[in-house]
Amino acid sequence: MSKILENLRYADSHEWVKLEDGIATVGITDYAQHALGNIVYVDMPEAGDEVTAGEEFGAVESVKAASDLISPVSGEVLEINEELEDSPELLNEDAFANWIMKVKVSDVSEIEKLLDAKAYAAICEE
Amino acid sequence: MEETLIKTCLHDRHVKQGALMSPFGGFDMPIQYDGITQEHNAVRHEVGVFDVSHMGEVRVKGPQAYDFVSHIFVNDVTGAPDGQIFYGMMCYENGGTVDDLLVYKVNDQEYFLVINAANIDKDVAWIKKNAEGFDCTVEDESPKYGEVAVQGPKAEETVERVLGITCKDIAFYNFKTFEVDGEEIIVSRTGYTGEDGFEIYGSHDYIRRVWDILMEAGVQPCGLGCRDTLRFEVGLPLYGDELADDITPIEASLSMFVKLDKPGFIGKEALATQKAEGVRRRIVGVELEGSAVPRHGYPVLVDGRKVGEITTGYKSISTGKSVAMAMIDKPYDKLGTSVEVQIRKKTFPGKVVKKRFYDKNYKK
Repeated sequence: MSKILENLRYADSHEWVKLEDGIATVGITDYAQHALGNIVYVDMPEAGDEVTAGEEFGAVESVKAASDLISPVSGEVLEINEELEDSPELLNEDAFANWIMKVKVSDVSEIEKLLDAKAYAAICEE
Repeated sequence: MEETLIKTCLHDRHVKQGALMSPFGGFDMPIQYDGITQEHNAVRHEVGVFDVSHMGEVRVKGPQAYDFVSHIFVNDVTGAPDGQIFYGMMCYENGGTVDDLLVYKVNDQEYFLVINAANIDKDVAWIKKNAEGFDCTVEDESPKYGEVAVQGPKAEETVERVLGITCKDIAFYNFKTFEVDGEEIIVSRTGYTGEDGFEIYGSHDYIRRVWDILMEAGVQPCGLGCRDTLRFEVGLPLYGDELADDITPIEASLSMFVKLDKPGFIGKEALATQKAEGVRRRIVGVELEGSAVPRHGYPVLVDGRKVGEITTGYKSISTGKSVAMAMIDKPYDKLGTSVEVQIRKKTFPGKVVKKRFYDKNYKK
């Protein structure tokens, strides 16, 4: 059974979002890291890049396959988690503690369209 | 219409043991049990077992079996002792590859061919068509056989001690047949991992028993995921990636298996011309800086221009490096050539290297 945190929002493409003061911290869920297996590379955007809700912003690579990362929010990338460049396996160790990017959100209402913990848990059980 | 996947004789074991299943070559096969990395390392350092029952088996038998095998096989089986095995390809007249295969020499009048799962129908039709006029029979025995591969530095000890099969005296690329409970089994010192190991062929019942005994003994079950990472690291080709209908063995950098000095065989003329005149493209290794992962189909660029494509790529489990095999146009195939690989929207620098990323550890 994968871990799901109560206080986060989720996309059905298995990213999590935490919104604080108009800044969204984005990562992948425990379910996603488990499904991917050993993560060997994270392809991340750069600070200053624009991301769009529902569109690809990078990829997570396991031994076998590359999976697109889909941005749950729109806005400007403020920061990426540089630790993941050298240690992508941190996502396997704790997917919620190791965020991927921080975004200055252009439309905070987008968050409302995302799933809450309960609705996301239902998707994972399907 | 949905394709009906074939189940191997071990299918119920895979499902019960919780393997991740996926279609491969028309079969529903286990991709991984406990993770590709763990399974890969088990084979490199200890021992692991694969279900390879999806492989096809074809028996060629008759007074002209030797002549016929020589006619369709690019390697040379002439003068080989009984019990020897050859790796090589069957080619079309134009040199393109029908399949790569193992040829087991039972005796001058009987050969046992092991072919790729995805190519069974194509190969059998092609072999039968070309056998016309030869005094020999061609029998597709694929449905009859189950097969497991026991691979790794502890494979010999495992096969001897756990399975009770005397295999110490089987030399590399040789096989023996045994009788167990009245049925014939074949044990060869072969594999597709770059490690020492054995492949065991037998009835479905026998192979199920073998699997259960190995599981009971705690041998790591391995899926096709690590079979691919293991074969890749030691530079072995996979049909569909490095070999295809439109890729010749010369282009695949496998000319050491093409014996142009033997009498006529299908494709000889085209392959001889290619070897004499040189190929326009060939399979080489590529090593990337950094750890982005090159994968099948990604473009290889020089000065922004496409000069080839990745055929197989991984972040190597054994070495940690991002490496690939790639089909690259001349003259960019030279060792040390600077190239870039396009991975999604970005390009990553790298260079052409030998297509062996890890040393084989065969017991010869």
